[in-house]
Order: sequence, then C-alpha cells, then structure tokens
Amino acid sequence: MLEITNLHVHFGVIHAIKGISLTVNDGEIVTLIGANGAGKTTTLRTISGLKKPSEGTIFFDGRDITSLSAQERVKLGISQVPEGRRVFSSMTVLENLELGAYLRKDRDGIAKDLDMVFERFPILAERRKQQAGTLSGGEQQMLVMGRALMSRPKLLCLDEPSMGLAPLLVQEIFDIIKDINEKGTTVLLVEQNASMALQIAHRAYVMETGRITLSGTGSELMQSEEIKKAYLGG
Amino acid sequence: MEQFLQQVINGISLGSIYALMALGYTMVYGIIKLINFAHGDVYMIGAYVGYFCMTNLRLGFFPSLLISMLVCAILGVAIEKIAYKPLRNATRIAVLITAIGVSLFIEYGTMYIASPNPRSYPRLTGFMAKSYQVGGLTFSAQQILIIIITVVLMILLQLIVKKTRIGKAMRAVSLDRDAAQLMGISVDNTISFTFLLGSALAGAAGILVGIYYNSINPLMGMMPGLRAFVAAVFGGIGIIPGAMIGGYFIGLVEVMVSGYVNSMFRDAVVFAILIVILIVKPSGLLGKETREKV
Ligand SMILES: Nc1ncnc2c1ncn2[C@@H]1O[C@H](COP(=O)(O)OP(=O)(O)OP(=O)(O)O)[C@@H](O)[C@H]1O
Ligand SMILES: [Mg+2]
Repeated sequence: MLEITNLHVHFGVIHAIKGISLTVNDGEIVTLIGANGAGKTTTLRTISGLKKPSEGTIFFDGRDITSLSAQERVKLGISQVPEGRRVFSSMTVLENLELGAYLRKDRDGIAKDLDMVFERFPILAERRKQQAGTLSGGEQQMLVMGRALMSRPKLLCLDEPSMGLAPLLVQEIFDIIKDINEKGTTVLLVEQNASMALQIAHRAYVMETGRITLSGTGSELMQSEEIKKAYLGG
Repeated sequence: MEQFLQQVINGISLGSIYALMALGYTMVYGIIKLINFAHGDVYMIGAYVGYFCMTNLRLGFFPSLLISMLVCAILGVAIEKIAYKPLRNATRIAVLITAIGVSLFIEYGTMYIASPNPRSYPRLTGFMAKSYQVGGLTFSAQQILIIIITVVLMILLQLIVKKTRIGKAMRAVSLDRDAAQLMGISVDNTISFTFLLGSALAGAAGILVGIYYNSINPLMGMMPGLRAFVAAVFGGIGIIPGAMIGGYFIGLVEVMVSGYVNSMFRDAVVFAILIVILIVKPSGLLGKETREKV
C-alpha cells in the first residue's frame, strides 16, 4: 500500500531523514518507534505532503505521490492524526468532525460515518456542541482520531496518540487502533510507548537520528535484546 | 442630551465604515498573520470605482455598490497572488515591507491615472437624499443607508464564515494551517477567498465613505486604514466580532472627541486607546490569552 524508498528530508542544513526505506502492506499495523528527535514526525509529515523530501520516492497504491499536494493525498486515502492533538480549538466537536470529511461529497456516507465515529467514541456524541479546545486531553485525542476517520482513509497515520494520557486511557486508545485496523484500515503508528506499540503491530521499524536501524515483526522486536535495553526499560 | 444622541448616530454611521474595513484587516491577519497595509488603498479604489460608476456610467447607487465590491474583490485576490503568495515562506518583515510597497503603488498609481486632486462625490437622489426628524433627532437617509448596508453585509459575512464549507475552511486554516491541510483543505484557495471577502467589504466601505464625506482622493485610505487597524487590534486581531465592535467603538470615539473636545485630538485619542489596550489586554477586547493544552 505504502512504499517509501531512500527518503531524505532536510530542514535548511539539518539533514533530518537520511535515506529511509519503509513499506506498509494492505491491512497491516506497522509501527515506527524511536527516541525524541529521531525523525518520526518528519517522516509522517512527508508522507502526508506537509513537508517536501529532498530525495527519494513515496508510492501509494502503486502510484508515485512524491510530488502531490497534501490535498491530493487526502483524496487518495491517506489520513494523518498529527502529534499533539491538533483540534480546531474554537470550533465545535461536530464542526471538527465535519472538517474531517471536507473533501467528500457523499452526504449519506458522511452521516453514516459520523454515526460510526459517535458509536466508537460515545463521549464525542455527548459533547458534539462543545468547543473542541475545552475537551480534556483524552477527549481531544479521540476527537482527532474520529476526525481522521471521517475521510474514510485507506491508510491511517497516527503520531504518538498515547502521549500524555493516563495508563487506562492509553490501553483504550491502543484497543481502538487495533479495532480500526481489524475493520479494514491500514495503520502506520508512530510511538514512543514501544511496548504497547509492538504488542499490537504486525511489523515494526526502529528509527535513530534519521535512519532506520532495525525492523522486523512486532514479536521479534519485542524479544530483541537491543530493543529491550533501549526502549522497553530492561 | 439630544446633541449627544445625535453624535451617537453619527458615530455609528462612521463606525460602520471602520468596522467594514477592520473586518478585512482582521480576517487577513487571522489567516496569514499579515497586517495588510494595502487594505486602506483597496478601500480608496472602492470609492473611486463607485465614483466612476455613478458619474461616468450614470449607474444608480446599488449597482455601483455591487460593482465596487466586485472590483475590489478581484483587486484583493490579485494583490495576494502577485505580491504576497510568492513570499509565503519569507520572513514576516519582508511581507510587511511588500505590503507597504503595494500600498504606495496603488496610491501613486491612482494619482497618475485619476489625478491627485480630490473629487466631490455624486450626491444621492430621491429618497436617499432625504432626512427624517424623529423627536428632535435628525436621521439622514445616507446614515440609515450606511448602517443598514453594513449590518446586512456583516450578517452575510457571519453566515459565510459560520455555515459554508469555505467559511469553515477559513476558520480551520486560521486556527491551525497544518491540521487544515491534513483535512484536505487547500490553503492557497482559502487565503485567496479571505482576501476576496475582506476586499469586497473594503470596497463597500469606500463607496459608503464617499457618500458620507462627499469627497475622495487617492490618499484617503491612509488614516481611515490606520484607524480601522486600531479597531481590529482593539477588538482582538483575528477575531471577526472583535473587529465589528472595535469599528463602532473607534467611530464613536472619533465623533465624540471631535464634537466635545477638538477634532484635532481625535487621532491622538484613538491611538492613546490603542496604547492602553496593548498594555492592559494585549490580545484585545475579545482576544483570548493563548494557553497550550498538554
Ligand atoms: N521545522 C523544523 N525546523 C528545523 N528542524 C526540524 C524541524 N522539525 C524537525 N526538525 C528536526 O528534525 C529532527 C527530527 O524531528 P522529528 O520531529 O521528526 O522527531 P521525532 O522523532 O518526531 O521526535 P519526538 O519523538 O520528540 O516527537 C530533529 O532533529 C528536529 O530538531
Ligand atoms: Mg514527533
């Protein structure tokens, strides 16, 4: 579904991504883990078209999307939940969700997906008229996930969805991600919570200062000594 | 008392014009964080287009109003595409200097084409030239017209911003440009649309100020532009209802100071208010202190 080859990204003179290659197959959950500043967010932003790579290609569904605009990528079915719960704070929960379906024209389908999101996140249905900025951190995370689902994506990219949430809520978020995937959406998950991410992921990549240093299935990496030491606290 | 109420009516008419202009400043600032110094000149062009329509083309007031708004909308979009869009990733100071350049270009271009001399605006005729006495107060039909047109335009603007797809896109881009792009919103189209709306309102303000003061000239946009900018800051820059309130407030202050103190002081008072606001509540009357949620 997604195939990244030899991707390089620069910020001025800073060489943030140094030639990574990465694949996500149909129906998988793939996780990308790594320390602060490794380049995970930059990778996702490049996939979504918010940042232009200096070299390398990105293919989606067999099509070269490297030079497409962010808008066209959303149209093709790539949706991203950005880092840090970027809700449209002074807009209502409902307006936020409607914006998720910005490019869609099928009113019936949108209404159906809205019901689906409300079913998945009942708290959002309760708060539909509330300003998004006044939601709690956990509720905002659910809102941005619901908003991303409203475009009916083929590939859902999530950037640290568990950041700053209480353990119980983290578990809930991971269960939801797993469920979204089981209902047919491919997932690319960026996480610092490596143990949780590896548990639900089919495959994983480890990133260090702009390079991919390890890859394998979720369970393989969970057994790896290096990973245990560096990311799993033991 | 009667005199005071009369001044209030005058202040509201003048404030309407500032409010219409302040909306353009505030919307553009909200979306690209630029103080569009050329905005006052778009308003001036609106006044000239209205003049041209009413005198040379002998059109009525309402068709002239629509044409002014249309021409200004196109002008605003053109300014954005030609002057600001290539600087999307430039420093803010570079864009600001460009805005001043655009402003001077329009002012002196107009002087070249239409001569620097003031022109007297065509008088309205028929029912629009009358005035009405109500309990000792005089309402001129012009004032009523200015107030009603402004209110109608503001309601339309609110409907567009709150209810339409493009209006929601505007709000989304001004709140979080990256997140808006992730929704599939085209930032370029949304910015163009913002200039279109703001400039159309400036065009309306231009023709309204023409009939209010009866005189126009190529530099007429400078001071009202600054006052409208103060109005936008007063209400909280980037906030649409703030610009409306700020516009009426500045209009009232100007009329009151001119009426009861000395018209020489009106701008001094306006800018003193700006300074006080910036000290007491830098984000403006309706502005929120920005807090990050973790
Ligand atoms: N806008 C920017 N300008 C300059 N450098 C940047 C910019 N954004 C990211 N970088 C740099 O690129 C590198 C990768 O950053 P990135 O945000 O992708 O890391 P990350 O893996 O997502 O980290 P975290 O886990 O802390 O979110 C860092 O060194 C960072 O300083
Ligand atoms: Mg990150």
